[in-house]
This record gives sequence, C-alpha cells and structure tokens, in this order.
Amino acid sequence: MIALIAFYLFAGLTIASAILVIFARNPVHSVLWLIVAFFNAAGLMLLVGAEFIAMLLVIVYVGAVAVLFLFVVMMLNIDFATLRSGFSKNLPFGLIIALVLLAEIAIAANARQAGPLIGEKPVAATQPNIEAVGEALYSRFLMPFELAGLILLVAMIGAIVLTHRSRGGVRGQKVWKQIDRKPGEAVKNMKPGVGEGVSL
Amino acid sequence: MIGLAHYLTVAAVLFTIGVLGIFINRRNIILMLMAIELILLAVNINLVAFSAYLGDVTGQVFAMFVLTVAAAEAAIGLAILVIFFRRRGSIAVDDVNRMRG
Repeated sequence: MIALIAFYLFAGLTIASAILVIFARNPVHSVLWLIVAFFNAAGLMLLVGAEFIAMLLVIVYVGAVAVLFLFVVMMLNIDFATLRSGFSKNLPFGLIIALVLLAEIAIAANARQAGPLIGEKPVAATQPNIEAVGEALYSRFLMPFELAGLILLVAMIGAIVLTHRSRGGVRGQKVWKQIDRKPGEAVKNMKPGVGEGVSL
Repeated sequence: MIGLAHYLTVAAVLFTIGVLGIFINRRNIILMLMAIELILLAVNINLVAFSAYLGDVTGQVFAMFVLTVAAAEAAIGLAILVIFFRRRGSIAVDDVNRMRG
C-alpha cells in the first residue's frame, strides 16, 4: 500500500514537473523543474530496487547536468521574450506529433499484454543491487564501461577546446624566463659613496 | 500492485512530453536540450523497469551508459551554445543560418 502511494506520488510529480519544464515562462524555472523531475524519477527507480541508478541520477543529473544548464541560462544574457514568440504557432503541430507518439506507445504496450514474451518472469534479487551492477560492469561490460569513460573524456576536452579563448595583453608568469636567470644577472653589487646611492 | 505496465506508462508520458517540448520550443535551444534530457530520462525509466522485471542488471548497466551519453551531450551542446552566443549575441534557432542550410 505504501509502495502504491509512493509510486503514484513519484510518477505524478515527475510528469507534472516535466510538463512545467516545457511550459515554464522563465528558463531558470524550467531548470529547477527539471531538477524536481530528476529527483522524482530517482524515487521511481528506488522503488524497483535500482539503487545505483537512482543515486547516479541525483549525483549526475541534479549535481552536474542541471547545474550546468543553470550556469548557462544565467550566464547568457538572453531576451527570452522574443524566443517565445513562436510558441503558440508551433503548439498545434507539436500536440499532433505528441499525440501520435503517445498512441503508438499505448498500442505497443497493449500488444505486449496479448501474450507474454519468452522468459518473462519476475525474479527475486539474490544480491544487493550495487554489488550486482558492479559485478556486471567489471566483467561482462568492461569494454563498454571503458568506452563510456572515453566518451566523457572526449566530451570534457571538446567542451574545453570549444569554449576556451586566449586573450591578448594579459601579463602572465613567464616560467622559462625565471628559470633562465643566472645569479650574476639577478643581483648587482654596488658600492655607492656617502649620499650618492639615492638621487634626490 | 505496481507492475511493469505502470512504469512503461510513466516513461511513455514522459517521452511524449519531451517530444512535445522540442516542438513547442522551436526557437529556444536551451529548452530543446532540456526536452532531450527528459526523453533520455524516459528511456532510462524503461530500461530500469525491464531490468527489475526480468531480474537482470544488464538494463541498469545500459541505463548508466545512456546517462553517460546524456551528460556528454549536455556538456558539448551547451559549449556550442556558449560560443554561438558569443559570436552572434543570440541563441534563437532562426539565427542559425550562417551555412545557409
């Protein structure tokens, strides 16, 4: 019973906040609703025992992706009023596409219930979720796992290369010049007479 | 009792909202990227639901890969957005016509 209530709570909040993401007037509000949607989706995944993915959703999506969106939305000074001008013009077409997709998915779900597929049976978990995922990741899926790391590396380098700009006229530290100095040219011994050291 | 169908329904609705978001926010790239994140979230819910239903962690492993690609896509997409804004001073999709595509 508690699981039922929790499911409908998480599912309802996920869908409601997803709707608010695409209909919010202010993009900052959109990002905040996106965070709510991710949190509730993490709750949905916790309900079926996928603890690792749920934690990953909170850490990666909320902690990294949503904050990245927030930074970009706040950093760019954009006139969002003009961006929304095509909103009502595109709404009917978008609604038609969305309804067609939803109908297709509903048909597919109903067709599935006509007869069970082979091998479909609920299986009780024998080991903790994180243990099972870790075992699969480091044995059967070792190669895809490494490739996922490579994708992240490429994304990181790509983002840095794309957004980096070298500004001229910046007085930075010249390391080679510092290393190149010899003691002879760094210190100069003078022997001024009395009253000659400083020019007044 | 919560079954597979409940989860698939939630994922289907979320996917549809994502596609709708892409279509109604045709001028705003940031909102389009957010809609893509919603679509990938729906895919992840599907993968996790089937993984739990079949008692096989493979679905969860693939959900992790989808998450990785989503994060990389968001990073690259937003980087392109930032340099585009720096050059043109706008992020409207209508202004993306430099290559006359």
